[in-house]
Order: sequence, then structure tokens, then C-alpha cells
Amino acid sequence: MSLLRLSSLAKAYAAPVLTGIDLTLDAGEVLALTGENGAGKSTLSKIIAGLVAADAGEMQLDGKAYAPASRREAEAAGVRMVMQELGLIGTLSVAENLLLTELPAKAGFIERDELHRRAAEQLRRVGLTRLDPSIAVDQLGIGHQQMVEIARGLLGNSRVLILDEPTAMLTDQEIVHLFEQIAALKATGVAIVYISHRLDELRRIADRIAVLRDGKLVTVRPAQGFEHDDIVQAMVGREVAQHRDRERRAPGRETLRIEQFSRGAQVRNVDLRLHAGEIFGLAGLVGSGRTELLRLIFAADARDRGSLYLNGSNSPVELHSPVNAVAHGIGLLTEDRKSQGLFLTQPLRTNVTIANLARLNTAGWIRNADEAGVVQRWFERLRIRARDAEQHVAELSGGNQQKVLFARWLERDCSILLLDEPTRGVDVGARDDIYAELDRLAAAGKTLLMVSSDLRELMAMCDRIGVMSAGSLVSVFERGQWSEQALLDAAFAAHRGQHTGGDDDGNNKGNGTMHAA
Amino acid sequence: MKNTLGLPIALAALILVFGLSSDYFFSRDTFVAIANDIPALLVLSVGMTYVLVIAGIDLSVGSVLALSGGLSAVAMLEWHWAVPAAVAIGLGCGVLCGFITGAVSVAWRVSSFIVSLGTLEIARGSAYLVTDSRTAYVGSAIGGLSNPLWLGISPAFLLAIAIVIVSQVILSRTVFGRYLIGIGTNEEAMRLAGVDPRPKKIAVFVLMGALAALAGLMQISRLEAADPNAGIGIELQVIAAVVIGGTSLMGGRGSVINTFFGVLIVAVLEAGLAQVGASDPAKRIITGCVIIAAVLLDVYRNRKQR
Repeated sequence: MSLLRLSSLAKAYAAPVLTGIDLTLDAGEVLALTGENGAGKSTLSKIIAGLVAADAGEMQLDGKAYAPASRREAEAAGVRMVMQELGLIGTLSVAENLLLTELPAKAGFIERDELHRRAAEQLRRVGLTRLDPSIAVDQLGIGHQQMVEIARGLLGNSRVLILDEPTAMLTDQEIVHLFEQIAALKATGVAIVYISHRLDELRRIADRIAVLRDGKLVTVRPAQGFEHDDIVQAMVGREVAQHRDRERRAPGRETLRIEQFSRGAQVRNVDLRLHAGEIFGLAGLVGSGRTELLRLIFAADARDRGSLYLNGSNSPVELHSPVNAVAHGIGLLTEDRKSQGLFLTQPLRTNVTIANLARLNTAGWIRNADEAGVVQRWFERLRIRARDAEQHVAELSGGNQQKVLFARWLERDCSILLLDEPTRGVDVGARDDIYAELDRLAAAGKTLLMVSSDLRELMAMCDRIGVMSAGSLVSVFERGQWSEQALLDAAFAAHRGQHTGGDDDGNNKGNGTMHAA
Repeated sequence: MKNTLGLPIALAALILVFGLSSDYFFSRDTFVAIANDIPALLVLSVGMTYVLVIAGIDLSVGSVLALSGGLSAVAMLEWHWAVPAAVAIGLGCGVLCGFITGAVSVAWRVSSFIVSLGTLEIARGSAYLVTDSRTAYVGSAIGGLSNPLWLGISPAFLLAIAIVIVSQVILSRTVFGRYLIGIGTNEEAMRLAGVDPRPKKIAVFVLMGALAALAGLMQISRLEAADPNAGIGIELQVIAAVVIGGTSLMGGRGSVINTFFGVLIVAVLEAGLAQVGASDPAKRIITGCVIIAAVLLDVYRNRKQR
């Protein structure tokens, strides 16, 4: 008999999010749950974990009716969920975070030794043997924070453990630890629901893979023999255009040249020349200085040294701030959409036009009709899926939010566009729309500098790929010269001969994940 | 503007309650009392709406009001300046105070809460210094501003209404207004979109200072005297009126028109409670309850929108 059984589960907010979900989960099994953004993965897992109530259908745990009214009730029944967003309190120590709801205390005073002993034991279970439990969570790299979050999820007697994108921030080393833990839990009979976009990972860890699309369960199949392309097709419902090898685009005149760009240890003496009509990719590990380099070019941060030349000129241009950069036709699409790009509580319309109001006003008054026209044009061209131009961007999916930011910079008609992880958190369908737009931009003679952790994406889109390692630009490959192996080797160049593992040094800046196909 | 009807309804209900519980509420006296009260409060609240929209706060408005009014009065009485020059120095003083608050908080990236707390003390101290800690009786030199034209409605009242309308239009229809909402929603995104938030933020505090000075002038015109103790605690009344009007303390959301209704609610409450003979303690307790109720209502509206 299966441990957990879901029958005809359904949930609707404004529109149906889940319909008729029938699914079983056995003890000691890893079930992977995948699908595009907005397919309903999060809602389904939140229903199981008691965070959201289903509108219809029922659940059984061990043959008994199971309808948790809260997260607490679900946890009491042995169902736990590790959320995608970190729920840790930065100013408290690792140990306090781990045992927050059951701090060992005598007469109200915390027993530190006992607290640290129990926390250390818990950390050992996720392989963090050398992490000091008394350190404040704020001081850890994001990967370690994620591991602490997972360690917290493993507390107590879990029978069903839901992991929502657990590896999004982890280093390869940490992923290995996590997978060992999952295997160990499995052996003790815990059932695991593993949510992820990373298909290769799913096939490594899962026994069965369930694919959701538009709130419906499309298929559940053993992971064995469920091929990559078949999973993608099940997710998207159509065949995705393959970005096979293309010709290198003919580069135009030089548009941007930087020399000796440096900022502390993050960016060291980087030289780079970019040309009109080319896409230049920046690969490297997380923390290798890619994002920092883009921010230096955009003058979002101040550099220690270096000069910048535009349009082949030999006299350097001094950009003092992003205002200057934008005035010179440079745009930056930031990695962190929500905190650095979007105005979440504002309508889509103002999000698109905020950088373009200079052209849409007469003596300071916004011309409403012109503004609406601009928004309508990008709405159609980028296939933004939203109710209308007045919908708040917070309500849009990741892919559509990203399209809104694209619309902002495309309308601004920047000649140089810096793109930091332009497809992160974007579903497969929207990704294709974005690639098509990048192609169009390159064809129109724009200069694109694109950071991505997805090597397959870089190899499909770029004309040249530069690899950063520990702040330096270590090599630049032309289309046709690169291979995954060569790019990966270059990314680790600065770490070779040193201790490179992302293990328990308490801080994982400088190493990180890179995902090859 | 989905919730535009809520505030007028609340106001109407309040008027109805007072009307039913007192025979004298619907009288000329009540109306005049409210109309007299409103201009200064309204002008301050308009400025505060802008400040809250950019996710700032200005606690110094009451002190700036007293300092500007005091300076104008002293200029007239002791320095024998012409009225326009005296008015100008008062307004200029408000602008300077606002500039200090805005520029310090922007340049050193400190919260305007704490900087304006400093300005509050500095301006209050300066007000005592300028007036020698005495009320300065100016007589009717600028009394024209507050002389009722009809039914207690004075030029100051009309000026305040005009400021409400112009400010609302600026906030909702101009590039400047759009930038302010953007700054209040996500300042970093604003900067990275290539728009420098700093001059706009300083401009908002300067505007607030100028409006506080104008409110000071309105008060001396009505009372025919500049009191260095004027406006103590008025910042809380102003913030309450603005928040009752649904402007968010977190920034990015605000409406001057709704602030207008917030001010009316505060003024009607005050006048109405006086009419029904509520004691001062009772007045304060009831006003406090109304503020909390308004904020809860606002939270509820936000949740529904999400």
C-alpha cells in the first residue's frame, strides 16, 4: 500500500491552478515533480505540506484521511517541506535556527552546550561536519544557508519530505552531500518529493518522474528510460526548437572596449572588446566575478582601476553612475529581477516605461496614449502573458516578468545590452521567445554581453564565450573552438592546484555551480 | 483607484453619526470651525503624502511650521520688513529646513526618520531663539489670508484646495510623480533603470519644508500671532490623516485626494467630538481608535488586492 495517496485534488485561485491530480507515493521512494513555471508544482507541494488547502479531492496518509489545516499539523503527521525561499533568521546562529521551535532550555535560559551538540549532530546528517553551529547565518554563503535549511527539514521523524528546488544555490560538492543524504533517508523508508527544473539531476536521483503542465498531471513514469527530450516535450506539450550549431555572426565595428577593469578581489584586470552585432557570453562559476564585471561596466559599482572606450574611440569615457551609462546607450538586465529590476507592486505598464519617460512626455506631462501604445507594442511582440497592461508585475510568472524587463530596455533602444542570467527562472516556452529576441537584436547590430550559468545556452546563442575564474577573464573562445570540457576547465583555472571543494569552509564564495548539458 | 469610495462613505457615516447625536452639529459654527482648522493641516498632509510615497518620513514639520512663522513675524515686527519680504523669508526658511533633512538623508543614506528628528529639535530650538521664546503678535498684517469670504471659507482654504488638486495631478500624471512612485517601490531598480533618485528625493523634502512654512503662515494669519510652541505634535496628526487616506508607510502608494478625505475625517472627528461635549481624554482615546481602525482597514484592502 502506498504511503501517501492523492485523489482528484484541485485548486483554483482566479483561474484553476490544479485539476484532477491523482498521485501515489511509496515509502522509500524519490518522486520527482517537474514542469514549467506556473504548471502547479509549488501549489501541489504546498497542499501536501499543509500550507494551502485544496478546493476538492482528498489525501490519504497510511490509509487514513489526511487533511492538514496548517503546516504544523502536517509536520505533526510527519510531512515536512523545505521551501525554495530561505526561511532562516540571519542574525541568529545556525544552531538556534535549526532548533528554533525546540530550543533546549532550563528555566527559560538556553543551554548552549546542549544546543550546539544537537545542532552539530543535525549538520552531520547533511554532511556539514566542519560548519560551526554558533556562527550567525548571515555570515554563511547562500549555498550553506540552503544546506542549513535542508538540515532543518530533516529534523524529527519525517515520513514525507518535500524539497522545493533544493539545489538552486548549491555547489557541486554540496549537491553530492545532499544526494547522499537523500539516499540515506530513502533507505530508512522516508518518501521524498523532489521538485526541480534540472532534468539531469532528476534522472540521477529520482525513482519516478511526474510532469505537470497547466495544472494537470501529464505523465508519471519511471526515471529509468525517461529521456531528456521526452521530459521536455511532456513539460511543454510541443517540440522545442533545438538551437543547433549556427554560423558565427559577422562582427561589426567595435562598440565597447574595457581595459584593466578591476575592483578588489572580485574583478581583476579584465580587458574586453565587443562589437556590433555579436553576442558575447560570459561563463564561469558563481562568484567568479561575472555579475560584478557587468555592474562595473554599467557604473552601478565604482571600479578601482580601468578605462572604458565607446564606439572605437581612443579617448576614454568616464561613466559615473547608471544614469550616465544609460545616457550612453548601455542597459543592464539584472540577475535579481525582483530586488533590482521590477517595481513589483506597480502595473506592467509603468514597469515597461519607467526608463523611457523622457521620450513620452511633453513638458513633464506623460502622454498617456503614447505610453499605452508603447506597452501594447511590446506586449504583442514579446508575447507577454498578462491580463492587461494594468496587472501588477508581482502577479506574473518569472518568464513574463523577465519579458517586461526586456521590453523596458528594448524600448530604450540601447546599443549595448548587458544581460545577467537572462533566462534564470524562466520556463521553456518563454525562454524560446527570449532567445528569438536576442537573435533579432544581434541582427539589428546591437552589442550583447550575456552572463549565464547554463553552458548549453551560451554555446547555442553566443559568437564568443569568455570564461571568468576568480575575478580574471582567463580565456576567450571563438564559436567552433569551444567544448563543454574546455569551458569547464577554464572556469576552474584559478582554482587548480588549490583546495577547491565547496565543502565546509563556511563560505562558498568563489566556487559554485555551473551546469553543463 | 479601486477604493476611492470607501473614504467618502466613512466621512459621510461620521457626519451622520454626529448629526444624529447632537442637535447643533449641522450648524454654521461647526462648519466654520472645520473650515478654519483645515488649511494648515491639509497643506502639511499634502507634503507628507509625497514624503511617504518615496518611503520617507518627516517628523520636523511642526517645528518648521513654528520656526518659519516665527521668523516671518519677527521680520515684520522687529526688522520692519515689508510683508512680502517677511513671507518670503519664512518660506525660504522652510525650504532650507527641508533641504537639510533631504540632503543629509540622501547624501549619507540615513533614514529620514532620524534626520528629521534632528531637524525637529534644531528648528524648535531656533524658533525659541528667533522669537525670544515669546509669542509675537503680528495683528492683521497678513490676516487677509484667513478672512472668511463666505461661510468660513477663506483664501487659505481655497489655496489649500488648489494645492491638493495640483499635487494630485502632478503625482498621477507627470514624469516626476511617476519617478516618486518608482523610488518608493524600489529605489535600487530606479537607479539601475538609469534614473537618479537622489535629486527627486531631496526635492520632495524641500517641497515638504515649503508647505510646512506655508502652513505656519496660515496659522499666524488666523491667530494674528506667532507662537514658538505652535505645531508641537502636529506631525502625528498629519501622518495619521495621510495614513487614514490609505497612503502606505512602506512607500510607493499614495493619493493626495484620499489624503484630503483623511484630513476631513480627522477634522470632522475633532469638531464633532467637541460638539457632543466629549472630554479631552475621551477625544484622544476615540481618535486613537479611529487611526488604528483605518490602518486595519488598509491592511485588509491590501490583502484583498494581492
